[in-house]
Amino acid sequence: MSTTTIEIKTALDTMLKPNPHVGKQSSVEVTDYNNRQTVGKITVDHPKMICRGVNVYYGEKHALKNVGIDIGANEVIAFIGPSGCGKSTFLRCLNRMNDTIPVCRVVGQIKLDNDDIYDKSIDVVQLRARVGMVFQKPNPFPKSIYENVAYGPRIHGMVNTKPELDDLVRASLERAGLIKEVEKRLEEPGTSLSGGQQQRLCIARAIAVDPEVILMDEPCSALDPIATAKIEELIDELREKYTIVIVTHSMQQAARVSQRTAYFHLGDLIEVGETDQIFTNPKHKLTEDYITGRFG
Amino acid sequence: MNKPSDSAAPDFRNRDIKTIVNAGLKRRHAAERRFRWYGLIAISLGLAFVALMFGNIISKGYPAFWQTYVQLPIRFDPTVIDPEGHHDPKAIESADYAALVRAGLRDLFPAVQGRTELRALYDLVSSDAAYELRSRVIANPALIGTSQEVWLLASATVDTLVKGNIDRTLDETERPIKDNQVGWIDKLQASGKIEKQFNTILFTGGDSREPEQAGIRGALMGSFYTLLITFLLSFPMGVATAVYLEEFAPKNRWTDLIEVNINNLAAVPSIVFGLLGLAVFINFFGLPRSAPLVGGLVLSLMTLPVIIIAGRAALTSVPPSIREAALGMGASKLQMVGHHVLPLAMPGMLTGAIIGMARALGESAPLLMIGMVAFIVDVPKGLMDPATVLPVQIYLWADLPERAFVERTSAAIMVLLAFMVLMNGLAIILRKRFERRW
Ligand SMILES: Nc1ncnc2c1ncn2[C@@H]1O[C@H](COP(=O)(O)OP(=O)(O)OP(=O)(O)O)[C@@H](O)[C@H]1O
Ligand SMILES: [Mg+2]
Repeated sequence: MSTTTIEIKTALDTMLKPNPHVGKQSSVEVTDYNNRQTVGKITVDHPKMICRGVNVYYGEKHALKNVGIDIGANEVIAFIGPSGCGKSTFLRCLNRMNDTIPVCRVVGQIKLDNDDIYDKSIDVVQLRARVGMVFQKPNPFPKSIYENVAYGPRIHGMVNTKPELDDLVRASLERAGLIKEVEKRLEEPGTSLSGGQQQRLCIARAIAVDPEVILMDEPCSALDPIATAKIEELIDELREKYTIVIVTHSMQQAARVSQRTAYFHLGDLIEVGETDQIFTNPKHKLTEDYITGRFG
Repeated sequence: MNKPSDSAAPDFRNRDIKTIVNAGLKRRHAAERRFRWYGLIAISLGLAFVALMFGNIISKGYPAFWQTYVQLPIRFDPTVIDPEGHHDPKAIESADYAALVRAGLRDLFPAVQGRTELRALYDLVSSDAAYELRSRVIANPALIGTSQEVWLLASATVDTLVKGNIDRTLDETERPIKDNQVGWIDKLQASGKIEKQFNTILFTGGDSREPEQAGIRGALMGSFYTLLITFLLSFPMGVATAVYLEEFAPKNRWTDLIEVNINNLAAVPSIVFGLLGLAVFINFFGLPRSAPLVGGLVLSLMTLPVIIIAGRAALTSVPPSIREAALGMGASKLQMVGHHVLPLAMPGMLTGAIIGMARALGESAPLLMIGMVAFIVDVPKGLMDPATVLPVQIYLWADLPERAFVERTSAAIMVLLAFMVLMNGLAIILRKRFERRW
């Protein structure tokens, strides 16, 4: 595992080059990318997670190139970028969901507090209890609403008695803003809910185990504006307790919910900064092109 | 409706796409109609063959569910049954009940004289009649000394004649029943002493050389024990293998090799499994021949690949989002499989298992190799008793020339088909039940 010191510089040289992402493959590019720098301040004062020199390969394909970024405690950080740029790939590195893909290989260092999550001594079960995930498509278990939320606490042995579990389930549903809608129908299958309710159920399921970080991969892409608004509100509330990483295609959403934003482009982390600054005053040409809608 | 943007669209383009589509529309509809006809024809043809097969089997087999009985006046003569008068159960058991039957027949036809004539008369009643009388006396010794009208099993030839399957116009020498016998039967029928009753022996008896006494109980029990072993071995092993290969095994050359071999195994002719069973289980391990245990082992080998393949298909059909959800919650791989994937795949696995079991139920070739084809009269009482199975029984009976066996062959086929339908029904019910739960 190599830890690369990331220098923070202007990206003048990058901008002067025509477009480094077009054309040649593999060895030539790899060296190229090793020198690539991210514009903006990647570090924060109170980091929850620290990622340095993260490279991801799908077989031969180099999907994520030398990414370094800090994720601050109790902040909402948004990952944006054109389709296929590696946002989901990076997100899935943070709770090692990439382990389930046989061809996927992750190199680099990712720390949660002070634990290297790719260290052999770290069990993924423990890691995923600390770093929860909400997926793009709502994926409740085909079981009752109650069972959906109770599942995490149950497998981790977080509660001992049924009343305790009941309380935890209700509290989680409440925090997810779903309790009013499902109070009377906890025994009905989770799949019988509407898409937006299902997604909030998935959030309730994720927060039931009281994780430290919640990863959300385009959590609103299958939802209508009202359901989206509810979830955005929810994210804002959850920030008090959790650190949230959200991937989104909607720049308005990123602007609304996040404090920091990271812009990815073809496997590179191009620019990181305060959300306000990224959207009003992007420093990198690619970021500017993207947020002004010139491509992507 | 008439939004300005609509009218703004150029008119000629609208018409153009319309005419283009319309021109092709007729062809498309015709193709669709043609395809529907092909489908209908294929289905009707299939149904016609099924109907033909069922019609043939049922028309041949249903008479076997009725059996001819003769009513005889039986005097439970104490001098025959219990000559010493000690009420000794042993003596009662070994008494000559056939003599009582013969006496009853002579009572009905006192005019019959002479050795050959009398033998022809005695032949009207099955040898089972004597056993029937014995069991009645043992069950109720008070019968001794009384006279009763008793319905006794007629012989197979009488049964065949009564069912109208013997051509009376043929010359005496060309049919299995003599003229004088026909006369007696007619007389008995006229006086209401011949009757067709439901054939319980078919379901309670083992195999027999006498068609009227032959039943499928032995074969049914043999099939039951064999399938029990098959299910107990192949289902857990098949499910475990499918889960391991699909969810846990690394994807490399070895697992590819295993997969190819399993697929090949499913296509191996069943008789090869029989030969394997003979070589391994009987010759090497020294297990007994003709035993349901060995039959079950052989059929497990045959069913296993079917269950594995169906199981893997069922596992792959579980959406990956469920797996991600479980793993994302911090479930271990085994928890993910046990809590979510396996329950969702279970209906598919059960269907595969039941299809495999139905195939095993209908299998005869491999069982011939391990000696389950012997003529076995006793109903098997355990896994080690010599036994045969339903399809082999059918095969054995189909070889016999007597009309009564032809009938029984079809009846046994009907029973086999009924079990298949039952199993498939069970598969559907189980599936429905499982589906409702999630
Ligand atoms: N399982 C996989 N196997 C091989 N390549 C993959 C796999 N998953 C992703 N990739 C590749 O990695 C690159 C990054 O994919 P990723 O899913 O991270 O993109 P993304 O930024 O999330 O895109 P989107 O916004 O469309 O979700 C893509 O080029 C994709 O083709
Ligand atoms: Mg994605």
